[in-house]
Amino acid sequence: MSAEQTTAKAVEEQDDRSVLRQIAESSGLVVALAVVASIVIGAILVVLASPEVEEALGYFFSRPADTFAAAWEAITGAYTAMFRGSVWNYNGDTFVQQFRPLTESLTMATPLIFAGLGLGIGFRAGLFNIGAQGQIIMGAMIGGWVGFAWDLPWGLHLIVAIIASVLGGALWGFIPGILKAKAGAHEVIVTIMLNYVAANLIAYALSTDAFQLEGSDNPKSPPIAETAQYPLILGDSFRLNLSFLLAIAAAFGVWWLMERSTWGFRFRAVGANARAARTAGMNVPLSIIGVMTIAGALSGFAGSSQILGTESSGLTAGVAGSFGFDAITVALLGRSRPLGTVMAAILFGGFKASGPALQVQAGLPVDIVLVIQSLIVLFIAAPPLVRFLFRLPAPSREKVVAA
Amino acid sequence: MRLELRGITKRFGTFTANDAIDLVVEPGQVHALLGENGAGKSTLMNVLFGLYDADEGEVLLDGEPADFEGPGDAMAAGIGMVHQHFMLVPPFTVAENVMLGHEEVRGPAKLLDLDAARAKVKEISERFNFAVDPDAVVEDLPVGAQQRVEIIKALSRDAEVLILDEPTAVLTPQETDELLAIVKDLSKAGTSVVLITHKLREVQAVADTITVIRRGKVVGQAEPTASQEELASLMVGRDVSMTVDKDAAKPGAVMLSVRDLSVVDELGIPRLKHVSFNVKAGEILAIAGVQGNGQTELTEALLGSQPVTSGDALLDGEFITGKPIKDVLMAGLGFVPEDRTEDGLVASMTIANNLILDLHDQPPYASGMALKPSVIDEEAAKHVEQFDIRTTSTEATAGSLSGGNQQKVVLARELSRPLKLLIASNPTRGLDVGSIEFVHKRIIEERDNGTAVLIVSSELDEVVALADRIAVMYHGEIVGIVPPDTDRDTLGLMMAGAKQEEAA
Repeated sequence: MSAEQTTAKAVEEQDDRSVLRQIAESSGLVVALAVVASIVIGAILVVLASPEVEEALGYFFSRPADTFAAAWEAITGAYTAMFRGSVWNYNGDTFVQQFRPLTESLTMATPLIFAGLGLGIGFRAGLFNIGAQGQIIMGAMIGGWVGFAWDLPWGLHLIVAIIASVLGGALWGFIPGILKAKAGAHEVIVTIMLNYVAANLIAYALSTDAFQLEGSDNPKSPPIAETAQYPLILGDSFRLNLSFLLAIAAAFGVWWLMERSTWGFRFRAVGANARAARTAGMNVPLSIIGVMTIAGALSGFAGSSQILGTESSGLTAGVAGSFGFDAITVALLGRSRPLGTVMAAILFGGFKASGPALQVQAGLPVDIVLVIQSLIVLFIAAPPLVRFLFRLPAPSREKVVAA
Repeated sequence: MRLELRGITKRFGTFTANDAIDLVVEPGQVHALLGENGAGKSTLMNVLFGLYDADEGEVLLDGEPADFEGPGDAMAAGIGMVHQHFMLVPPFTVAENVMLGHEEVRGPAKLLDLDAARAKVKEISERFNFAVDPDAVVEDLPVGAQQRVEIIKALSRDAEVLILDEPTAVLTPQETDELLAIVKDLSKAGTSVVLITHKLREVQAVADTITVIRRGKVVGQAEPTASQEELASLMVGRDVSMTVDKDAAKPGAVMLSVRDLSVVDELGIPRLKHVSFNVKAGEILAIAGVQGNGQTELTEALLGSQPVTSGDALLDGEFITGKPIKDVLMAGLGFVPEDRTEDGLVASMTIANNLILDLHDQPPYASGMALKPSVIDEEAAKHVEQFDIRTTSTEATAGSLSGGNQQKVVLARELSRPLKLLIASNPTRGLDVGSIEFVHKRIIEERDNGTAVLIVSSELDEVVALADRIAVMYHGEIVGIVPPDTDRDTLGLMMAGAKQEEAA
């Protein structure tokens, strides 16, 4: 196949994305209602999982009110526990205890913001990149190595380590980008596979002398040098660090890139109609490579916020957690827009932060949070279902069917 | 069967597509439904065919009210429809397509009775002189024959009223004449035909009665003896000139020189075979031909979106083949693509953005990497005014515009660069009479500015109206280049592959 034909193929494939676009750009109302519907269904699950309700059901016919009371208790208990775990712990004795949940939510949200922003750019450019997980791992691995193996002065060390993380993620985005642009390889398949490669690569690296802590058999690296760690921004009582502010700055940067720069203009045009973009003289393959590399770089940033921040005690194979996959939901929930992504990431950061409180205070399995997260995705992917549940009218189509 | 529509009203949201339309089709009559694109003709027929529910009004068959839940009911009641886009299964044979949905079976095993279908196709084909082989595979048939298969499909279900929706859009002039003859035969045999069209010549050739629709309303009845000007002004609602006013061309130096250009597609099929021609500054060369004879490949090869197998093209002495599209555009090529929604516009982006798809990274629209939104908006407002683009805002999406206004956006963009060559493929396809006038005027203006113009059109009327010279393409070759006053029969024969000498 000649280069032009490959390009033509990439262009065609690029256009075959209307469903993806529909999901990525679903209306704000549908998104909000999806969250509401998920919380309602979550409540039902809480009731079903509650031992008190089960007990009261045993004598439902003699005293039905007990069952309802127990159910109400369980629901309010669960959701207030989540609130205390993620926003404001009004039961806390000190201000630090009361305020900590919110900072935890923001800490958890930070990698989601970075990775979600990158994925959102991809979605708007018509690329379904699900490689954030691998990109975070690569960013954390390379940035972490610079963080613990190198010896540089304070300030410079952090900057160099961040750059290393960003480059690591960018590389892991560039590979599927160039494979798609030049050889027509489908980015979904390639990014999934690169997630595995990254996961196994870090596991292998942690067994080598270059990464493993000396004198230990644990697959864990030495701790990150203090000179390479993100400084805490609210003092030692809170884990929130500088990377959160960088994430907010990145959101502004992405907004500028997509709405105000010639690159973003091309990304959007290629994503919405690659054939028209090409006919107007835009370089579609270059745009694909650019989008994937930038998305990877942002995920690499997410890796840095982990390894140079919350996970600075040492690199492990679990450094990325499930952030790379949660970021997909975050980007979808945020409708691929920077502001939406930041808000969705904070919501999901809150979910993550509320897990322990839910378990300890309400005695409910943490999985409820995962179920609610998953339900949100499910509802967003099926707007007609949400419209049916809330009796919304079908969206009026932009173009009148006539002629 | 006497078909009557009484007070049909169909609304889409706040838009009234059909407004209290009355229509009577007498048995054996050819009734032409004439109107611009978007006038509501197809909506009306879709209501009749049971695809849409009317908000008001009723359909009467022989005086009895009929209520169709869907196309199945309509077909059972004796109404057949041939859509603009054929509803055929390409890899199936003619007989299989005809029986589709009405499969007859035989024997205890309920095997498909293909012989019955074959016999039916043969019988109908012979009765009306269709010359369609029941065992031919549909995708191998020419478009005209595929259309006849659609007609056979309708007749095989005993259609007494046949609706033809823009049937000649895809046909050569010869095929059009054949179809019109078939329409006459059908009406003689007692079948009523409703002919939906915006082409005046066809209406005059076959219609017994003409109903003109404008903006969803019946604006008048006309006799087929009415002149084209009368019909056109009824259709548009104002006087229109049916001819393109232009002075004789003043050709200058050769601007585009195409030499021995060939294109072989991905499947190894030659699409363009050793094509050579020149276009001079200040002249319009129009390429006539039935769609799919290499015109698309030719224009795309010149733009650079289609790889060239051999040969080359020079624009003002510089090679453009083998160059990136961007360089070709910047060298002075204006390109109006054949399919504006696929290749010309990004429907979900704003009009302002669509106007700078090509120049978005050039001053004054950008400095460095930064776009300049205020300049973009100002220029967009200017273009909207200059090109009379009817929209509420430059921030509306291109997809929200009507076809004519979308085309004006494409033209406005392409004509805003200094051009040496303008290539326009089917520049007025799907446009209403008013927009066609406008687009033609702009193209002539561009020619008079000294730009070389290459028009590709499958509408012979357009070719004849615009061209200073006509090149006819057939099967990837240029069969001849002739003057614009060449008669239609000759052009028609050339479009079917005859060399100029044979055709004349």
